[in-house]
Formats: sequence, C-alpha cells, structure tokens
Amino acid sequence: MQSTEAAIREFILREFLPDEDPAELTNTTELISTGILDSLATLKLVTFLEEHFGIAVAAHEADEEHLNTIADIEKLVQSKRGA
Amino acid sequence: MSSGGHVLCRHLVAAAQRRPDHPAVREPGRSQISYRALDALSDRLRDRLVALGVGPGDRVGLWLPKTIDSVATILGILKTGAAYVPVDPTAPATRNGYILGDCAVRAVVVADPFAEPLRSALGPAADAMRFVVLRRTGGGAGLADALDRADRADGPAPAVANAEPAPEDLAYLLYTSGSTGRPKGVMLSQRAASAFVDWCVAEFAPRSEDVFSSHAPFHFDLSILDLYVPQVAGATLVLVPEERAKEPQGLAQLIAGERISVWYSAPSILAMLAQHGKLATLDFTALRTVLFAGEVFPVVHLRTLAAAWPHPRYFNLYGPTETNVCTHHEVVLPIPDARTQPYPIGRVCAHLAGRIVDGDGRDVPAGGEGELVIAGDNVMSGYWNLPEQTANAFLAHGGRRWYRTGDLVVDEGGGVLRYVGRRDRMVKKRGYRVELGEIEACLYRHPDVLEAAVVAIPDPEAGVRVVGHLATRKGEKLSLIALKKFCSEHLPVYMVPDAFRFHAGLPKTSTDKFDYQRLQEG
Repeated sequence: MQSTEAAIREFILREFLPDEDPAELTNTTELISTGILDSLATLKLVTFLEEHFGIAVAAHEADEEHLNTIADIEKLVQSKRGA
Repeated sequence: MSSGGHVLCRHLVAAAQRRPDHPAVREPGRSQISYRALDALSDRLRDRLVALGVGPGDRVGLWLPKTIDSVATILGILKTGAAYVPVDPTAPATRNGYILGDCAVRAVVVADPFAEPLRSALGPAADAMRFVVLRRTGGGAGLADALDRADRADGPAPAVANAEPAPEDLAYLLYTSGSTGRPKGVMLSQRAASAFVDWCVAEFAPRSEDVFSSHAPFHFDLSILDLYVPQVAGATLVLVPEERAKEPQGLAQLIAGERISVWYSAPSILAMLAQHGKLATLDFTALRTVLFAGEVFPVVHLRTLAAAWPHPRYFNLYGPTETNVCTHHEVVLPIPDARTQPYPIGRVCAHLAGRIVDGDGRDVPAGGEGELVIAGDNVMSGYWNLPEQTANAFLAHGGRRWYRTGDLVVDEGGGVLRYVGRRDRMVKKRGYRVELGEIEACLYRHPDVLEAAVVAIPDPEAGVRVVGHLATRKGEKLSLIALKKFCSEHLPVYMVPDAFRFHAGLPKTSTDKFDYQRLQEG
C-alpha cells in the first residue's frame, strides 16, 4: 500500500504543481508560508485528507501551523489515525 | 518675426541660416540632407499644402516610413501652421483610417502602398481630404518627386511665408491607445512643444557637433526630443530604420558607426543592447548622454549597460504623452551592487509644477503616497473631440489645471520622486492592496529572470488572480516551488503570484513596452 507521505505528495504535485520537477518538493518544502498553497488550495487539501484517510480536520487545524510542510501534514494525519 | 518664441519650426529656420551646409538628418548608409536642403524641401511641401487649402487650425496626417521624407513632411506641415498627425506606419489601415478620420485631417501625406488601403478604410471621408502620395521614400527624393508631379499636374504652388501660429494653436496630435479600445488624440500646442524643447536644451545642452539618435517612431512622444532638440544646436539627427530598431547587434554597430553622442529610447531597447549587442567589441567613445523613458528600467539590465558604457551620463526621464517629460533623474555611476530597486523618476522639471494628491485631490502629508499631478506649459490641451475624458483628466486647484498622470509616487525627500506604480495597476486581492509593479520588481531580483510582467485576472473567489509572465535567461521554465519560495522571501504571501507563464520573450507594443493588454487576454 502507498505510504501516507507518498499519497500526500502525489496529490499536491498533481493538483497544485503540474509540470513541477517532483525532486523540488521535499518533506520540508514550505507550502503555505510561500504561497504555493493559497487558502483555496489549502481547503482542497483538507478535503482530500478527510476523504482519502477517513479523518476529520478541525477548522483551527487547517492552517500554516499544521499544514505547512508534507512532514507537518503527515504528522497531523498520523495523530488523527492513532486517535 | 520678433515674438514667436513658441513656434516649433523656428529652430529649423534658424539652423538653416546659421549652418546651411551641416548635415541635418542622416539615413545610415543611404543618404543625408543639409539644413539648407531640408529647409527648402519643407518650404516646398508648405507651399503645396497651402495651395491645397491647408492653414492654421487644420490637421495634416502622415503615414510614411521613417526617412528624411517624413522629417521634411513634419516640418512642412508645421510651416503651414497646421498640426501634424503621425500614424504608426506598421499599423493596419483600419486603425490609421480611424485616427485620420477622427481628427478630420484636411490633407494626408502617404507612401504609395498605404494610399489605397487608407482610402478604403476612410470611406466617404476620404473625399474631403487631399492626398499627397509618395511613390518612393528615402533621402527626401520621394517627397521632392511627389511635389514635382504636383507642380506638373496643377502648376507650381505659389511661395508663401511660414505661418505664425498662436501659442495655443496645435503643433501635433499623438494618438495613444485608449482603455476603451479606441485610440485617443492627445493635443499638444506650439507652446507645450516649445516649452519642452526649451527645457531639454537647458538640461542637456546640445552641441553643434552632437549626433542625436532617432530611435522612437514619430507617433511616439520620445520623437519630439529627437526631432527638435538637435535643430536648436544645428546638430545632426540619425534616423534608426525600423528594420534595425530591434536587432541588437545591428543597432550597436549603428550607434558606434554613426558616432551617436546623444541616445534616447525606451529602456527595453537599452536592456536588449546590453545583453545581446556585443558592446565590448565596438567603439562608443562619442556617446556622452543616454536618455531613457517610457517604463521602469530594471536595475539588473541598467547595471550591465553601465558596465559596457561607463562614460556617458544617464538620465531617467518620466512623463506620459499628455505632459511629455515632466520629471527627470540623473543616474550617477557606479550603480551599487546591493541596489535592486529601480532608480527614482526624480524631480519635477523646473518649468513645471507637481503635487502628490489623494483620491480626493488633496495634497498627501509629507512622505505619503499619492497620484502625481502636473501643471505648466508642457501639458496637453486635451483629448481631441473627447470633452468628457478631457475634463476627467484634469484637476482644478489654485486657478490652474493639473493633469492627473494616473501614476502613484512617493517623495523620497527633497522633491525626488519614486515611482510606485499605476493607479490602475493597484488591485485588491482578498482585501489586500496589491501593486503589480512591486511584484515585477521582486521577480527582476531573481537571477534567472530576464523579463517580468504581472497582470491581474478578475476572479470571483479572490477578487483577482495574479499571474506572473516571465522570460528567463536560459529560455527554460523555472520550478514553481522555487519561484514561489523566492517571492515569499521578498513579498507578503498575498502578493506571491498565483500562477506563472513562461515565454521566449514577452510580447511588446509598437512602442517597445510590454503589451499588458495581450498578456491580460492570454
């Protein structure tokens, strides 16, 4: 089965970074503070996380603090699944 | 004529008396004409136009390639006391027909290939216009030939004196693209044109041995300096042919070979020369003054240019067609390595008055940002036949008319103005005020970016979507992640462009500015 991290990475590349060299997107690439993900894109990402991983993301979690890097996103998803 | 300090064609007449045999205008590698011959040729056109019924208060169009013939035509029209209306020789007949019909020219001087397309574009309006058709152009011989034919057909035109137009009589109309899609005619009086030329003479002190460039087309306001300032000194004007105007190495060879001493063009041309002109291989020792105007000169390209040409003085001139140049700033070399901000547009010209006002026309507090408004002799009379747009273009204050430039500036201290951006390039995105020019300045700091233009596309969700159009050094796309990361290091995140488009070169208008309209549509 595809890892959590790989699924997040694939979604971000497909949805928001067409034509991007996948090597440019690392686990620590800042996504929200750099404007790579704007607020609309962040909402789309949250919807994806909820549907794909069967979790619920609270409104206060849909922000830069929780979703700024793939590592952050993965951590959020893992914490929800562990709960 | 004791008075008449406002009459634009007086400089030619005086130069023809003072330096009759000195070359007035040169077509590189082809031909040149002395002041005496240029005065005589333009006298002949004056006489013919007067015989055709042209006089003060009229307008006369010209649709000609840039040659000695077109310079003589402009001067001949001025000598009748009429205003000249130059149209873009490369524009379609429908546009040029619209312009010449809009201001109802009494006569038009046109190169043969354009004559029939113009007649059909004008329709019945053409019947009221007299056509002087040049079967060939170059060296002035085409105009002389057309005048010879008219003499044979209609008898010689009686010699008349040069008209003595009043200061408020129009000298020329320059059509600029209007936001509504129809070009609008900017009306400049004899007084406005002469005030500008007098200022140039005081500021740049033309010399009799100078060789001036004429790079801008005659329908562009940069041409006013090119055409008339050399005449004051009896200097020589070198016409840059249209086919060489945008070819960097050919252009560089022309500047060196003709020993141009005063150059004036849009910054994009100088940026092109700096990057692709192979300047190090040529001798530019004659060059003493480099003037640029029309858009912001990215510092990265100005630095490259100054490295190749370290000896001339550089001046950033600023002003819309409606005022011609109204502020100026000397760029003192060397350019510090740390500098990335474009140079200021500088101080308001000494013979003009400027204020910085808010949306209600009130002066902003010291150091505040606002719209630059200009009063004084340079300022246009108005837009041809557009009383409403003319009224909207001016602000009444203290018994004077102030032209609203639409440009936002800040006084950096001592009256030195910094250009912030267009009033109409200030957009709101998610409630934030976003200045598109500031995003462009950021993109130009990126080492791989050669050209950058930012547009805002209406978007129901965010208000606007900001799109950065780029041409890169290697002609390759850049990583979106890397670009956004770079922008976010220099701009608040709401100003980071939503998307980027890559081009081999950005589209340009006929006046060498970025074609924002096309970028906006694409």
